[in-house]
Amino acid sequence: MNTVVKMLLTLLVIGAISGGLLAKIFEWADPQIKLNAQKETERAIFIVHPEGKKQEKVSGTTSDLYKVMDGSGKVIGYALPCKGNGFQGLVKLMMGVTPDLKKITGLTVIEQVETPGLGSEITKEGFTNQFKKVNPDPHIVGKKGAAESPNDIVTITGATISSKAVVKIMNEGLDELRKLKKEGKI
Amino acid sequence: MSKANSPLNDFMNGIWKQNPIFKQVLGTCPTLAVTVSVMNGIAMGLATTFVLFFSSVIISMIKKLIPNQVRIAAYIVVIATFVTIVDIVMKAQFPELSKSLGPFIPLIVVNCIILGRAEAFASKNTVVRSAFDALGMGAGFTLALLVLGGIREILGSNQLLGTVILPATVEPMLIFILPAGAFLTLGILFGTANFFEQRKKENARQKVIEANRASRQVALPVEQQNEGEEA
Repeated sequence: MNTVVKMLLTLLVIGAISGGLLAKIFEWADPQIKLNAQKETERAIFIVHPEGKKQEKVSGTTSDLYKVMDGSGKVIGYALPCKGNGFQGLVKLMMGVTPDLKKITGLTVIEQVETPGLGSEITKEGFTNQFKKVNPDPHIVGKKGAAESPNDIVTITGATISSKAVVKIMNEGLDELRKLKKEGKI
Repeated sequence: MSKANSPLNDFMNGIWKQNPIFKQVLGTCPTLAVTVSVMNGIAMGLATTFVLFFSSVIISMIKKLIPNQVRIAAYIVVIATFVTIVDIVMKAQFPELSKSLGPFIPLIVVNCIILGRAEAFASKNTVVRSAFDALGMGAGFTLALLVLGGIREILGSNQLLGTVILPATVEPMLIFILPAGAFLTLGILFGTANFFEQRKKENARQKVIEANRASRQVALPVEQQNEGEEA
């Protein structure tokens, strides 16, 4: 009996000290972590909207959507973070579109764990810049080899799955935006 | 015996004689996974050293207070506390590094080097000796990751610490950045380390044999005399 009490007490004391210590440290670090995440989002938004000067979260929707304004306060487009499965894991993107959703202004990969040297090429501008010229209506299509129609994106050799994953994520993001537009929320 | 127990000796043990990677082959999971670049290797090594140092010191301090039956649970709580501290601080101060190391920082909790040293050393020795042992083990681990990360970064991406050092005519060998390259590199390093160790042992043996032979030549007549008497 005595040992059991001693065992319980020891673990209780160690657990309590550890919990208290971690709570204090988290309290100190949490604002900084949130700030980092926010900075990251902001950086990505201005990559996909190079002319943007200000950004603001769109309220009234469940989506994590941002509208981007130029210097005079005119809305020049939207930025939407979206994600999906790539070849090896989660791919997170930030996409930028014009207010009428007819043109993609930019795309940047925020997070990916694709194969280095192959799938990770989706982060390079050679691939992402294609989206600026593509016609996203009704859908973007990933094609091997060469583009045949204005809707086509040329996939990366050796990284077809990763490239198509990006195309799929973009299409899903565009669908989400179109739905919001239809509902009159943006 | 006093020399074998000196703090410096405890420290040096971890660097080579009992190097956690090359000699004890502990903690190879993070070793293989994070060493795609030197920077990752150093960060992982330092994070592990920090956790190892503080958990060894604390465990050595409270070793007499913990009932034997719950010692592993108590050690894990102490280790997990310091790992979480490292994780939180890295997320706040070095977000880029934290992202590239990903889940391997929280996984330090189950790194067998740390629990291994807690159980094998810190729970049996004084605080000062445990501290030096932890620092030595940490330094040995960091060193191993640095070498591994260096080789893989140079061969796999022609770079070292982000600056290009090999000319563009040398095609980067992608396989060294991929998991297979980690196994190849570590295997070759193990082989090299063992080769030198074996040669050292062989040399030492040869020396003993020669020394024996030399002494026998002097001692032989005496031995023969003795044998003769016994017969």
